[in-house]
Amino acid sequence: MTYIPISPKERDAMLQTVGVKSLDDLFDAIPKNHRFPELDLPPALTEMEAATLLSEMAQTNENVREHMISFLGAGAYNHYVPSVVDHMLRRGEFFTAYTPYQPEISQGTLQAIFEYQSLMTNLTGMEVSNASHYDGATATAEAVNLAYAQFRGKRKKIVMSPTVHPQYREVIRTYSQGMGLEEAGDDVSADLEAGPEALMSLVDDKTMIVVVQYPDFFGRIHDYTKLIEDAHAKGALVCIVANPTALLMLKTPAEMGADIVVGEAQPFGIPLWYGGPYLGFFTTKKSYVHKMAGRLIGETVDARGQRSYVLTLTAREQHIKRERATSNICTNQGLLALAAAVYMSSLGKTGLQQVANLCYQKAHYAASELSKIDGFGLCFTEPFFHEFVLCCPKPASEVNEYLLDNGIFGGYDLGKDYPSLKNHLLVAVTEMNSKQEIDTLVEVLKEME
Amino acid sequence: MATIVEPTIFELSSPGRLGVTMPASDVPETALPPKNLLRSDLPLPELAEVDVVRHYTKLSKFNYSVDDGFYPLGSCTMKYNPKINEDTCRLPGFLYTHPLQPIETVQGNLALMFEMQEWLKEISGFAGVTLQPAAGAHGEFTGVLMMAAYHKARNDTKRTKMLIPDAAHGTNPASVGMLGMSVVTIPSDSRGNVDLKALEAACDDTVVGMMLTNPNTLGMFDENIEKVVNMVKDCGGLMYGDGANLNALLGIVRPGDLGFDVMHFNLHKTFSVPHGGGGPGSGPVGVSQRLVDYLPSPLVGIIEEGDDDLEPLYGFVTPKHSIGRMKAFHGHFGGGLVRAYTYISMHGPDGLKAISQFAVLNANYLQARLRSTYKIPYDRICMHEFVMEGQFEGSDVRALDISKRLMDYKFHPPTNYFPLIVHEALMIEPTETENKDTLDRFADALIAIAEEAKSQPDLLHNAPHSTPFGRMDEVKAARELVLCCWLPENYETLK
Repeated sequence: MTYIPISPKERDAMLQTVGVKSLDDLFDAIPKNHRFPELDLPPALTEMEAATLLSEMAQTNENVREHMISFLGAGAYNHYVPSVVDHMLRRGEFFTAYTPYQPEISQGTLQAIFEYQSLMTNLTGMEVSNASHYDGATATAEAVNLAYAQFRGKRKKIVMSPTVHPQYREVIRTYSQGMGLEEAGDDVSADLEAGPEALMSLVDDKTMIVVVQYPDFFGRIHDYTKLIEDAHAKGALVCIVANPTALLMLKTPAEMGADIVVGEAQPFGIPLWYGGPYLGFFTTKKSYVHKMAGRLIGETVDARGQRSYVLTLTAREQHIKRERATSNICTNQGLLALAAAVYMSSLGKTGLQQVANLCYQKAHYAASELSKIDGFGLCFTEPFFHEFVLCCPKPASEVNEYLLDNGIFGGYDLGKDYPSLKNHLLVAVTEMNSKQEIDTLVEVLKEME
Repeated sequence: MATIVEPTIFELSSPGRLGVTMPASDVPETALPPKNLLRSDLPLPELAEVDVVRHYTKLSKFNYSVDDGFYPLGSCTMKYNPKINEDTCRLPGFLYTHPLQPIETVQGNLALMFEMQEWLKEISGFAGVTLQPAAGAHGEFTGVLMMAAYHKARNDTKRTKMLIPDAAHGTNPASVGMLGMSVVTIPSDSRGNVDLKALEAACDDTVVGMMLTNPNTLGMFDENIEKVVNMVKDCGGLMYGDGANLNALLGIVRPGDLGFDVMHFNLHKTFSVPHGGGGPGSGPVGVSQRLVDYLPSPLVGIIEEGDDDLEPLYGFVTPKHSIGRMKAFHGHFGGGLVRAYTYISMHGPDGLKAISQFAVLNANYLQARLRSTYKIPYDRICMHEFVMEGQFEGSDVRALDISKRLMDYKFHPPTNYFPLIVHEALMIEPTETENKDTLDRFADALIAIAEEAKSQPDLLHNAPHSTPFGRMDEVKAARELVLCCWLPENYETLK
């Protein structure tokens, strides 16, 4: 199969215009000993054959809609995506366009992302949202970059709760390798039952940023107002990593005083897709906008007096500032920001509140029924949203194996990241889990030996 | 007051209007958390589904896209995105698999990822590949982190300088800046190659390495590439290749064979993943043998060997001295890897070579047709793109005016003002998926515009004329910083 629309006759005419005899003559600048390697790759398939091959590969997987009952969350959530979302995404005008560098012919993308920015600021209560980051983990790492730039490297301590997503903490450590940061709090052997107060003693006048998660990795809802007041008294910034579905119901991080609110917006209209691409959102206060990485859309007018939108404050970005830019980020997740905007618009205020309420109700029903089983119980007493930690009578890995044999993904095995939580499962429940599925989980666990 | 062409989704909202609704709860009710933990209101739009569809359909029509027409944006490789990719990446087995599922239940995904690693290694001549990076700039950062880790592991701590040619993409120095290294800019010579004298002067035992785009952003393949690589290696540095321009090299030459140590791929350029109005991209990174132990974790590997009857068991492995994790989970699997895998599987070795042959033919054809009208400062056989000057002697018409006027001829403009070493640069990359008629119409348009620049320059200064929007007031946007909107009823309180 080829997508090259040039006939042999046209090719020859073009070669003549260029002034060479053959296609190979165009490559004289390439060192001869390495020119035209024979690539050892499978022979080309037609479209029909490729469709069959890919379909077979996809069918080798067991998925959470057709084969398995799933209570896996831990940063990626199985939500219903209204049909309208993908229909809008499949418009070639959106998905085959580039970054909107030419605003006269990119107003579709620009206005859609301006709307996405507006939806995210209204959701988090923050003043500014950028046009997105790669995912929740890299958005969190960019929050650390912002703090580093804000204090011009004069403050180098980061205080991070051990109940921030383990992979997010890992990404922050990778990103900050060149900064020489002092890290505190990021200790998985610390007392995991402690609330946000435990972090307060770690915050001092060297601290540039405090990073916490809301609800935290164990699903617990903490009010961070006091922690933020204390951190601000020491001059530090506070970043809250938030779940957007939970924000539909819960007090906003802005009300608690957060300086930066980031997170993973995959729950808003993006399929599980085996982990990506997802959508990192990044919101902050207006006073930090010049230190914020990533693209930003602003409102303006065109030469005809029409309201319109452009990429703005581009002087912050790598193509102008080069090595002095806060980040090298260039691409964002444009199409997925559109997905989130269409998701939020098509469900609207009422539909979104229904999603949040269903998650909350079903998770609490599951928690209540599961904790009635002999040997099982809830580990924490704090309020939770749609994810909770279940203590099991034996290692979570063994519980999961048993559940897998019964067609169930039981939850995330916390022992992988927290040595003291070997017998603990992180269970997520969304609107996609029916009462029947929850009851099946309970019945199967009751029979576990 | 500005005229509103299409209201925002917030302005279209009407309180009480319903869109998609959810089923009633099927479980006994639990009380909500205490009130002090709840939000007081949710200021989001309320619309019917039809309102949403018409709104975003209307917005889409304000866009110009590859499906609309020619998009010769230099260094961006705006090739046609095959429609089959859109179907394969949405197969239920890919869409509905959770990243934390047990590996036994996702062998299809892992086999695809493993083969993708192998294919990219074969295409580029590298010893190892990570699929984790989310975009080109992210891949670059990954590469620079590995270079730093390599020197650190050898206790070679005085290496803090990265050599970067003046024609480089801005992401190169920005990636280096994120690690606190310093940048030494290396000029280009009169043929668009790296200036060897300047390079020699910069090469010493403080060099981390060199980040080289080859073909460079002038569209030139460096004629001294082997010398450049050897000079950097002789002083103990590592060679980074910016893979943004890989569309010129498939089956033509492998960067690994030329001695490069690291290179990122842009699957959204070379391998037809659509650009999506600015992402998501996908930026896997290939490395030479001496860097394989530093790759990000995890990689996909074979956990249990297979045999004639049994498929191998794929799973995750962690390199010995891994720099760590670059993002959550496993990279842009669905939207990036599945599309690119589909594309490569449909090309095979000959098809891939044809892509680069015709990408280079198309660029040279356009260059030949425009040579007598526009100044081409580095004029020789180019690779997949070339750069010309968008200015004429005695005229105040600039590259930007030419670009905007091209919109009236129904073309997307080339990249403007890049690379920085060419005055009023217009960087043109046609890609292999354009036919001769399109290229001829585009060349004719640029020749006609050059004529207009002389006879009626204001036609260019005020362009575009036929698009739904005119030139934007970018100063106003930056000064007023209106970055979001609200529901009409919240406008005053929240603003």
